Amino acid sequence: MKFIDEYRNKNLILKLAAQIRKSVKRDYTFMEVCGGHTSAIHRFGIPSLLPECIRLISGPGCPVCVTGTGFIDKAIYYSAIPEVILTTFGDLMRVPGSATTLEKMKARGADIRIVLSSLESLAIAWDRPDKKVIFLSIGFETTAPGTAVTVKQAEKQRITNFFLLNAHKVMPPAMEAIMKDNVNIDGFICPGHVATITGPGAFSLIPEKYRTGCVITGFEPTDILMSILMLIRQVNQNSPAVEVQYSRAVTVNGNSAALKYVYEVFEPCDSVWRGLGTIPLSGLKLRSDFERYDAEKVMPVSLPEPEDNELCACGEVLRGVKTPSECPLFASVCIPGNPVGACMVSAEGACNTWYRYRMNNE
Amino acid sequence: MCLSIPARIVSIEGNMAEVSAGGTIFKAGLHMIEDARIGDYILLHAGFAIQKISEKEAAETLKILEDMKNAGDD
Ligand code: SF4
Repeated sequence: MKFIDEYRNKNLILKLAAQIRKSVKRDYTFMEVCGGHTSAIHRFGIPSLLPECIRLISGPGCPVCVTGTGFIDKAIYYSAIPEVILTTFGDLMRVPGSATTLEKMKARGADIRIVLSSLESLAIAWDRPDKKVIFLSIGFETTAPGTAVTVKQAEKQRITNFFLLNAHKVMPPAMEAIMKDNVNIDGFICPGHVATITGPGAFSLIPEKYRTGCVITGFEPTDILMSILMLIRQVNQNSPAVEVQYSRAVTVNGNSAALKYVYEVFEPCDSVWRGLGTIPLSGLKLRSDFERYDAEKVMPVSLPEPEDNELCACGEVLRGVKTPSECPLFASVCIPGNPVGACMVSAEGACNTWYRYRMNNE
Repeated sequence: MCLSIPARIVSIEGNMAEVSAGGTIFKAGLHMIEDARIGDYILLHAGFAIQKISEKEAAETLKILEDMKNAGDD
C-alpha cells in the first residue's frame, strides 16, 4: 500500500539497525509520547533490532490511558439518565471507573453508542431531537479539530440537543511535566500526527529549556529507526533540537485551518492526567460562546472523589518510571480481556501492547 | 482511537469525502484540508482528513533512507 509498504522494506530496516549499532557511544533512553508509536514499536519488534544500550520507554501518549477515572465516572453518571444517549469512541467502553464501566452500563440498558467520529454523534442528535446526545470528546491535538468542526456544525444546523463531555488535551505541557519529574530521558520520539496539526514549533521548549532532543516521527518501522538514529546523533553531538523525520505529513506551520477551528471553539485550561495529576494549560475547554454545548455546564454533576485500584501502576507507567511488567497485576489479574487499568484497554496503551507483543519474548 | 492512517480520496461531496485505506472505504470530513482532489492521499483520523501527505517529501525521505542504506554498504 502506498505510503506504507515502502517504509516497511526489510533490507532498509536491517541496514538502519546496523547503522544504529555503529553510532551508539553510551546508554540512551528515548521516550515515545504517542500511543501509535508505542503500538508500532512493539508490533514491528523494534526493541529486538536495537543494541542493549538503547532503552525505549512509553510516555503519556494514549488518550484513553491518560483520561482520568473522574471523567469515566461522570460519563457513567450521564449514561444512567434515561433521556441521554451517550456516544463514544469504542476504547472508552472498557476503561474502569470507580465502580463500573460504560460497557457494563450498556449491558444494563443504558443507551451508549460507539461512534467513529464526532460528526457521527451529531447525526444521532439530529435524528433524535427527543434525546440529549452527549459525546465523550477525548484526544489530543489530532482529535480536537474534528470536535471543533462538529460544534461549529451543530451551531450552523441549530442543533440544541448535542453536548460534549470534554477532556481534550494538548501534548507539550505533559512532556514538560515529565521533564520536571526528573525522569531520565535523552530524547523524545515526538508524536507525528500531533505535529501535523501543531507544526514542529510546539515542541521547541523541550530542547531550549531542558536540553533534550525531539524528533517528530512517522509510524512505519523505517521512520522509527531513522528517528532513533537522528536522536542518537543529537545526543552524541550534544545538539538537542526539534527535527522532523516525518516530513511527508508535517509542515513548518502545521495545519492552520485545523488550528483555527480549535482556537475558535476551545481555549486552553488546566487538565487532569492519569498519573501526572493536574497540568497547567494542558487541556482545551469550550469558549464561553460555545458553553451551551458543554454537558457539565448544562447538566452539572458533582461526584465523590474517584477511586483507582491501588495496585494498578498505570500512573507510573504513563510517567515512564515503570514498565508494564513491573506492575504486580500485569498479565496475572490484569489482561486485555479483564483490564484493571486504562493502560490495558486501548490497543495503544503500553500495558496492552506489552501483553500482546512482548509476552512471548520474555 | 488515536491512530491516523494514510488513505486515498475516491470521491468528494461538499465537505465530505469517501476515502480508501487498505481496500476499506471510510467517510472523512475535509473541513481542514485545502484543495482536496480525488486521488490525493490524506491522513484519516477519527473521521476527518487531518493533513495531506506530500508525495515529494515522501520521495525525499525514501531517498535519505536509501542513501543511509548505501552508506552502510561501505
Ligand atoms: S498492568 Fe493493568 S493494573 Fe498494571 S499498570 Fe497496566 S493497566 Fe494498570
